[in-house]
Order: sequence, then structure tokens, then C-alpha cells
Amino acid sequence: MPLDPLNNPIIYFDNAATSWPKPAAMMAAMINYNEMIGGSPGRSGHQRSLDAGRIILETREALAELFGCDDSLRIAFTKNATEALNIALSGILNPGDHVITSSMEHNSVMRPLRYLESQGVQLSVVSCSGDGRLDPADVLAAIRPHTRLLVVTHASNVTGTIQPIADLGKIARSHGILFCVDAAQTGGALPINVDEMAVDLLAFSGHKSLFGPQGTGGLYVREGLEKQLRPLMMGGTGSRSEFEGQPDFMPDKFESGTPNTIGLAGLGAGVRFVLAEGVEAIRCKEEHLTSRFIEGIAALPGVTVYGPPDAASRTAVVSFNIAGVSPSEAALELDERFGILCRPGLHCAPTAHRTIGTFSHGTIRFGFGYFNKDEEISLALKAIQYLAGGDTAKQENAD
Amino acid sequence: MEGQRYVVFLFPSVSYALKAEKILKAAGIAHKLIPVPRHISSDCGVCLRTAEDRQQDVERELLGKVEWDMVVLL
Repeated sequence: MPLDPLNNPIIYFDNAATSWPKPAAMMAAMINYNEMIGGSPGRSGHQRSLDAGRIILETREALAELFGCDDSLRIAFTKNATEALNIALSGILNPGDHVITSSMEHNSVMRPLRYLESQGVQLSVVSCSGDGRLDPADVLAAIRPHTRLLVVTHASNVTGTIQPIADLGKIARSHGILFCVDAAQTGGALPINVDEMAVDLLAFSGHKSLFGPQGTGGLYVREGLEKQLRPLMMGGTGSRSEFEGQPDFMPDKFESGTPNTIGLAGLGAGVRFVLAEGVEAIRCKEEHLTSRFIEGIAALPGVTVYGPPDAASRTAVVSFNIAGVSPSEAALELDERFGILCRPGLHCAPTAHRTIGTFSHGTIRFGFGYFNKDEEISLALKAIQYLAGGDTAKQENAD
Repeated sequence: MEGQRYVVFLFPSVSYALKAEKILKAAGIAHKLIPVPRHISSDCGVCLRTAEDRQQDVERELLGKVEWDMVVLL
């Protein structure tokens, strides 16, 4: 079991925020870039600059393979999924456009949308069921003649609920509506194929299930769509240097300034790890851990679990509450007494908590990952049982 | 090599040149990424040099996979 600096064993259950540990290859790739390469990609023509560019190309190619995209240059790198979502939303929507989203979105979708709404974009937020599911029929009913975009999270970061992306993609495509998917929680964790799912814009996070470092993420843009998509930033790209106009082609249009090359070296190693292990194998293990946990706490009195009852309908994310204990108290106790690290509160998704009925109390969220173990689940169940234990627990808490 | 004539493929940016390099390496066609010669104007600072008599082979390999701006005889 990993130890924290004070030598207490820790159980890391916050993979929905950022994954840990990372595969050894990630750090090795970053150290290799730093020690052996160090060049600025796409700028100078010397060996080290080209080598840096090759590393980034390989990261693009690995992601293209993972997402079922046949042209790796369709992927632009950003510092995180939030930046990618901002490019997609602010970049495509104009005043007078109508956009549809769900009531389970993260603030990285809702905040840009609410801002755009204040600037004249019309917004429809389609309600999801109590366990976080979006019904495609409700999306269909929300479509208007001037609907330009449908933006939906692939899976909720609060309840783990997996949305029916392929069905939604069909609906969007058949109505001439663009489809943007927030894959922050699912890139590397669930199979994604941008063609089969009819996805036009895919925002992904590098530092969660893709096992890259923080400071990496990106946006897949369907062929041709980049011409209509405004960039968030403009600047030097190492291309068309005689011109003072921003390039209008992928990926340069959305990659101004020096990239996070060392981070992308690490991300490349992370994605290759996912491809080598296989998304199916990763999914299988995560589903098993989640299933054991859900079954275990369902048996505990005083514990409420949110989201779909079956692990197959969710990612490895479980939000729950313990009667008589606030989420933050519980999280502190879990950390200090049991070494279990998790996230309490509203998880940057107030609308999701409203949907499941936990606003503004919040929930305790466990986010399991590929490197978690069965024995950690067993320990967690014991810990929750202790916290839910009522008077005995409260007395001990007062020590 | 005496008598060897080269062409260079010019690209919109280095990302394209590197992708083309990867494709040609897999196809076993001799190539080299070089700084764009002074007398040629290009959108990006590196280009891909190949033997003139392999130009059509290169075009066939790259077509549909990566865009190039133009081919110039050196």
C-alpha cells in the first residue's frame, strides 16, 4: 500500500479528480525528454527541435488510435479539458444560436454556456433522471430550428452515470446539429470512437484515465469544422511566420505558443499504456471494483448511494452520503483515521447535485482507478461502516 | 551522390512534415527532413527531401493521409 510522507498507508480514491499513481513509463518519458531532448517543437529545424516535434506527433497518433480517428492532426492539445471545452463552446456558438445540454454537466460546460447565454445564445438544459440519466427522447424534444450544438458529458463526475452518447450522436447528426462530448471522465476509461458515435468535437483530459500529467488535455475537431471554430488564443505557431494572421488549419489554429512538451511526452506514454493494457481490460477491472463497493455499501444502514444501481451503467465513480455525517466531516475522518483520500462537496457540478437531490449538502465521492485493489475496497467498506456506526462512531470522533 | 536530383515537399506546418516523415519511414522510401532552402518560400521552416525519381511514390503514400502545399525541384 502506498504511504504518505508520515508513513501512514494511503488509499487513493480521487482518480476522478486526477489519477494516481501513473504508470512508470510516464515519468520515464518526461525525464527522457528533459535529459535527452529539451527542444522546442515546431520552431527551429535542428535535431532536438524535430525530436520534440516527433514526441508530440506520437502522442497525437496514440490518441487518434484510442479515439478511432484516422488523422492524428485532428487533435489539438490544450492544457486541460476545460480549455478544450471553452474552445469548442465559445468557438462555435454565436448570439442567436440555440444550444442543448444536460442537467448533469460539470461547471466547465455550464459556466461557458451561462456566459454565452448572457451574450445572446439560447440555452436549453434538459433534465436527467434522479440517477443522472439523460433520455435521448428529451433531447429530441428540445431541438429547435436554430439549434446549432448539443453538448453532453460522456459520464458524470458526480454519479458516474454513462450517457447514451452513440444515440445522441445519431440524433444530432440527423438534425444537422453539431455534437460536442465532454470526455474528461471517460477518455481511456470507456471505449470512444468519434466516427461511430458521430462526435464532432471531443474534449479530453490528459491527467485522469489517460495517465498523463496535469497540464495536458485536448480537443478533437471533425474534418472541416476547424474553419468555423474560433480559437481562444492566437499567436506564434511556427507556421506561416511571414503572416500576422492566425493559421486556419489543424492543429496550429488552436496551438499558439510553446506547448507543454514535457507534459505531452508523459501523456504519450500514458496513452500507450492504456492501448497496451486495453480499454476493455481497464474497464473490466474498474467495473469490478465499483460493483464490489456498491454492493458492499448497499448493505450498510444509514448510507445512501446515488446514481445507477449497477456498475455497468457508470464509470468507477460513486457518490454517497452517511446519515448524520456531513460529506466534509466524513472525508476528513476517512483521511485522518483511515488514510482514504476522496473528494467531498459539490464537485464543480452544482447542476448534477440538483438533479440527484443533494444540493447544497453535497456528497462524498470515491473515484476508483485501474491501480486500486480489492483489499482497498474491503478496507473502505469497513471504514464507512465505522462512520455510519452512529453513537459509537460519534464518541470516538470526539476523542 | 553525383547526378542525384532531389525534390522537396513543402508543408503547412512542422506537424505535417513530421507526419509525412513517419509515413515515408514506414513505407521504406528514403527521405530527409531539411531546413527549407533559402530560395524557396514556405509556410514552415522544414521540408521533406526525396529523390526526384521517387516523387510519385511519395505522393501516392501521402495522398489522403497528410496534406502538402507543393513539391519543388531542387
